[in-house]
Amino acid sequence: MSTTANTTKAFDVVSIRRDFPVLNEQPYGKRLVYFDNAATSQKPTAVIQALVDYYTKYNANVHRGVHYLSQRASDAFDSVRGKVKDFIHAANEREIIFVRGTTEGINLVASTYGRKNVKAGDQVLVSAMEHHSNIVPWQMLCEEKGATLKVIPMNDKGELILDNLEQLLHERTKIVSIVHTGNSLGTINPVKEIIKRAHAKGIPVMVDGAQAVAHGSVDVQDLDCDFFSFSAHKMLGPTGIGALYGKFNLLEEMPPYQGGGEMISAVSFDHTTYNEVPYKFEAGTPNIADVIALGAAIDYWNTLDREAATKYEQELLHYCTEKLSAVNGVRIIGNADKKASVVSFVLEGINALDAGMYLDTKGIAVRTGQHCTEPVMTRFCIPGTIRASFMFYNTKEEIDFFVEQVEKAISFLNP
Amino acid sequence: MSDIQQVENEIVEDFELFEEWEEKYQYIIELGQKLPPLADEFKTDDRKIKGCQSSVWLHASESDGKIIFNADSDSTFVKGEIALLIQVMSGRTPEEIINAELGFIDRIGLRQHMAQTRANGLASMIKQMKLYAVGFQHKTA
Repeated sequence: MSTTANTTKAFDVVSIRRDFPVLNEQPYGKRLVYFDNAATSQKPTAVIQALVDYYTKYNANVHRGVHYLSQRASDAFDSVRGKVKDFIHAANEREIIFVRGTTEGINLVASTYGRKNVKAGDQVLVSAMEHHSNIVPWQMLCEEKGATLKVIPMNDKGELILDNLEQLLHERTKIVSIVHTGNSLGTINPVKEIIKRAHAKGIPVMVDGAQAVAHGSVDVQDLDCDFFSFSAHKMLGPTGIGALYGKFNLLEEMPPYQGGGEMISAVSFDHTTYNEVPYKFEAGTPNIADVIALGAAIDYWNTLDREAATKYEQELLHYCTEKLSAVNGVRIIGNADKKASVVSFVLEGINALDAGMYLDTKGIAVRTGQHCTEPVMTRFCIPGTIRASFMFYNTKEEIDFFVEQVEKAISFLNP
Repeated sequence: MSDIQQVENEIVEDFELFEEWEEKYQYIIELGQKLPPLADEFKTDDRKIKGCQSSVWLHASESDGKIIFNADSDSTFVKGEIALLIQVMSGRTPEEIINAELGFIDRIGLRQHMAQTRANGLASMIKQMKLYAVGFQHKTA
């Protein structure tokens, strides 16, 4: 596949694509165009190989074996906490907790910090563009405690309206939990500003970083967020693993999450004392293989010019937005000034599922529907969108083919 | 061979003309475009089977001991699938509907697409057809 002439020179997409074996797949004999990156990213060979190596060369449980394999597995596993720390620029690797993904990270905070600090009559503040995973855990907490969930509204461009934030940051607000980059519209929120304003009133802030980590560098110390969670599978790593960052003093005060092995320091039938942070929050045998592969994903990111990758994705975003906007019958949903490489759109008079399936027959993978953000769809009075989301391994040539097929879908489905 | 199985076999024969998923998709879209819409008065919430990506409205009525199904969807593809199900299931006795195994869905290679119950609610629709049949059976027993 050739790259177009005006592509950022520093970024060699042709050679990058060779790192992702799945991109050579041919669904229904067609060339794969993978534009479902906001759902999950593809994996470079290095990540796949890390999984294979662990299982073929040193599979063993960690932290308790005296033998060679266990020590090798423990070393590989333990080294990843530091890599995650550096990846999100945390101060201390003990502030990194391994979780199943962003969803579990949010649930962990809601059921430990939240359960301890949110009382009847209190408030929890989220935004109108949250993924269900950053709504439901707080709703469950509010129901249990008799607290109220409040929502920062969104304008027609898909940007948060912060004019009345001071009122929403109420004296009874116990935590703010907000998405860094929205998955359905791609809006990049001014989380740093929100955090600053919340902190001015002494309110801690959790950031859902699921979409943010793959599309720009994240610095949790610069953001000054209190909690930050992300999933490995959206940033080139495997499924089933992610990380929760929490400020050390907050983690120290929080009760444990789940009970079991690894999270204890001493157990008797009368009393158990808990292990120190972060192990206090990591009950049971950890997801060793996927943690190691997450480490390989971070190593891969470190080989990239991340700034150039993000810049290239922005080029893809603007290229696609421009081309799609010119197609009769296309309406783009979400036109925020600051967007990640996500284009969500509707086709007038055509069901998104029908269009998505049409594109599938051509080998194009997009997501259709509500994208687990039903309130966002309700806000825009639409049943769902077609979402094309790009990663740095996508090309303008793929976008050309995609837009051409969208036009064909319109004429086929609108006889 | 039961009448239902015969209709299923005819559908399978129709689909044997197509090798590619693309052709099957286009045929199902055409079936969907031809399916008469359900009158608005029947598009009520109690007839609605809500899916994450499309909704189905299913209306059942009885005539001479047989159940007539009419249905609609906001997705043309789902309407096409409905058209196939109506060919097989509508105008049958409650017993025939309850016992229908609907093996044609596998045989025409649509299981993988129909299995996405969250996406199109079609599996829920089959269940709902059978529930209607059970209801009619009890009413007439």
